[in-house]
Amino acid sequence: MKAAPFEYTRVASLAEACALLAEHGGDAKLIAGGQSLVPMMAMRLARPAWLVDINRLDELKHVELRDDALVVGATVRQCVIERNADAVRSLPLMNKALKWVGHVQTRNRGTVGGSIVHADPSAEIPLVACVLDATLVLQDASGPTEVAAREFFFAPMVTAIAPEQCLAEIRFPVWKAARVGCSFEEVSIRHGDFAIVSACAQVALDADGKCGRAALGIGGASPFPHALPEIGAMLEGRALDDMLIEDAAVAVADLIDPDGDLHATAEYRRFLARMLAMRVLKAAVADAVGKEVQ
Amino acid sequence: MNEKLYPLSVTVNGKVHMAEVPARLTLVDFLRDTLRLTGTHVGCEHGICGACSVILDGAPVRSCLMFAVQLDGCTVTTIEGLTRPDGTPSALQDAFCEAHGLQCGYCTPGMIVASHALLESNPAPTEAEIRDAIGGNLCRCTGYQQIVHAVQLAAENIANGAK
Repeated sequence: MKAAPFEYTRVASLAEACALLAEHGGDAKLIAGGQSLVPMMAMRLARPAWLVDINRLDELKHVELRDDALVVGATVRQCVIERNADAVRSLPLMNKALKWVGHVQTRNRGTVGGSIVHADPSAEIPLVACVLDATLVLQDASGPTEVAAREFFFAPMVTAIAPEQCLAEIRFPVWKAARVGCSFEEVSIRHGDFAIVSACAQVALDADGKCGRAALGIGGASPFPHALPEIGAMLEGRALDDMLIEDAAVAVADLIDPDGDLHATAEYRRFLARMLAMRVLKAAVADAVGKEVQ
Repeated sequence: MNEKLYPLSVTVNGKVHMAEVPARLTLVDFLRDTLRLTGTHVGCEHGICGACSVILDGAPVRSCLMFAVQLDGCTVTTIEGLTRPDGTPSALQDAFCEAHGLQCGYCTPGMIVASHALLESNPAPTEAEIRDAIGGNLCRCTGYQQIVHAVQLAAENIANGAK
């Protein structure tokens, strides 16, 4: 399996990358970590005529706290965000999600932004972006455009990004409450394989132990990473006891419409979504309860 | 076919190599076919099996998922670069022999590269940490038990002064 021939440019600036994309349009493809793109090129599912390498752009490698958000440059490698102190402290859900992303060797190359624009519906990083309601900044020759992660994903590998745009950064909202807990769980054939179904949740408890805020999403059971704000609305203001969590998990299974394939029937995916929703909500509550009231 | 060639300068196992390569040449094909360093194995060619693992600027990566042209100015260490300076097997390589951590040997270079990177950053790993570190490497004959034992043995031997 060898990629079809292509021409290669290692760009020195984001502006140069955008100019090349404007010139070549759909014939050009950006390469960052390449952990999804290169296999697709090897299998010739992707045959770009031009490969524009953005790996060495320092302007896409920032990780910083800014205005209640963790701002992550698009080509920040997954292994970097795994160990970054600000990310570990302010975005623990991402840290928990990364334990399920590929393997050491792929996380050493794979990038946060690359996983998002690749848009595999079972991928962990896009799910975290949707559940936390992250904002994506897309850049083209005329300037930046912001789009909500929840409005970015349409179908497997189909997103709102235009051929002349480059994802520049992702802004993940940071929850400021004292007692925030989160959890990420998935079922796959082997650890590191694509999730059959994944689920993640983040909850904030208020001073009297009731749910101040909750967010939950399901991966692998819809054609896109599926944030379910309906569940957050159902839980907010209430005590998160086991009975309410079980009701929420049943509601999750009703809100999704999974397809069956070689690995799992639609019915089994719906079952997994319910079980995993229950598990991540219980684990997120336990995580939050363990934290001190300030 | 007249494919455009791109200049490349890369340090492999401490030696600088200059070459001109087509853009689509993967790092593993560059190592094996251009530099004749055939210790790195090609398994699946799409990032699943881990047989082609090499160390790039200090971190283990899959060499089938990179194009050689991307490496201009980088430093790569392959299985050939992990021996003792005199070319004899390292403590880790010895441990794979002693603990029967290989049978057909196809996955072995990748396993040793992954384990070497683990022991560099974590000289006394737990069994779970070893399994996580080699989680991206497939073995189809020896099985993983003896490979895990080999890494544990290497960690002990290195702690006792073996190199």
